[in-house]
Amino acid sequence: MKTVSLTIDGKKITARPGEKLLRVALENSIYIPNLCAIRDKPEPSASCRLCFVEIEGGEEPVTACTIDVTEGMVVNTRGEKALALVRAGFELLMASHALDCAHCPANGNCELQKIARHLKASLKTKRLRLLLRELPIDDSNPLFTYDPNKCVLCGRCVWVCRQNIKSGVFGFAHRGFERVMTTFADEPIGADRCLDCSQCVEVCPTGALSFKEGKRPSTEDG
Amino acid sequence: MTASKQETTTEEREQIKQETGQILNGFSRKRPGLIPILQKVQGKLGYLPREAMTAIAEYLDIPAIDVYGVVTFYNQFRLNPPGRHSIKVCLGTVCHMKGGYITLDAWKRRLGISPRETTDDREFDLDTVACVGCCTMAPVTVVDDKPEGVVEPTRVDGILLAFGYERETKDKEKSESD
Repeated sequence: MKTVSLTIDGKKITARPGEKLLRVALENSIYIPNLCAIRDKPEPSASCRLCFVEIEGGEEPVTACTIDVTEGMVVNTRGEKALALVRAGFELLMASHALDCAHCPANGNCELQKIARHLKASLKTKRLRLLLRELPIDDSNPLFTYDPNKCVLCGRCVWVCRQNIKSGVFGFAHRGFERVMTTFADEPIGADRCLDCSQCVEVCPTGALSFKEGKRPSTEDG
Repeated sequence: MTASKQETTTEEREQIKQETGQILNGFSRKRPGLIPILQKVQGKLGYLPREAMTAIAEYLDIPAIDVYGVVTFYNQFRLNPPGRHSIKVCLGTVCHMKGGYITLDAWKRRLGISPRETTDDREFDLDTVACVGCCTMAPVTVVDDKPEGVVEPTRVDGILLAFGYERETKDKEKSESD
């Protein structure tokens, strides 16, 4: 089978042509921050703006999730220009995130904490004013709780929900700062239209979707 | 803005379903038709009630939340029925400087609704606009398509009083003619 060879952070890598740079890096245990990337989704949404990298010969940093790998590509994931963009994007996300790690169910297993560690950035933004929305928490589903104040609008739950239920329960509504992951008419998620597959909770990178006490499938099994 | 809190009667719901159905029959079942369909349904009903949105989603075979997402994205679409009188508060740059948001607060308080909502008696609907082009009169409120200048909270009461007066005289005329 045809392959392409490229270099990421000095490491020589072979990959299938047409694969996305972000995927290839992650599979070769080179971490690039990302939230909205979904493996099987044909078109990357490229909305989280956290996977910027620098490619030799390119003038500006590019998002790794949208770039196909090519022969002889030389990639630097630690370029200053790229990291400046990533840091700014991350700070903006955190400026409207209801930060409360100590009481958050995702503490220790949170993508935001991981990204902060990777960037050596603080979870609390100092440069920007905190702008919180104080939206109501939805605990109408028997299995999980949805706290929109911790949502980063990555779209992972929306995607996975539509893989399981043809008429998807989740989606995005409203515009601009008011944009929110929600249900039809902003009604409680409840139990009747949801299959309780709880895969949305599994894919949530933050504590926005979390299992209720004792409802995590693994704890139920054993 | 949230989904319509307006109560619809069973009769209204039947009518909504019937009229939406009639409009849908003129369109193919393809997703790109969503916005033209929404425009036509709103043109007929004046707003997009819940029953219309679910009927459209079913017809196009897409999740209802996607219809709701488009409706809440564009300012053109409304989830609440239009009131008999429309109140549009300007929040353009100059009106903002002159305290347009204070005027908006006054309207919200007096009518008991948020922007893009309608009062329970369907007498008034409230919305915001971004500049109507008469900044010298700031802060401006457009009342039934007529721009009113220097609408400060006291003027809000004045405008409402005039409507109340109008309503009363209309009632009086009616009772006299009966």
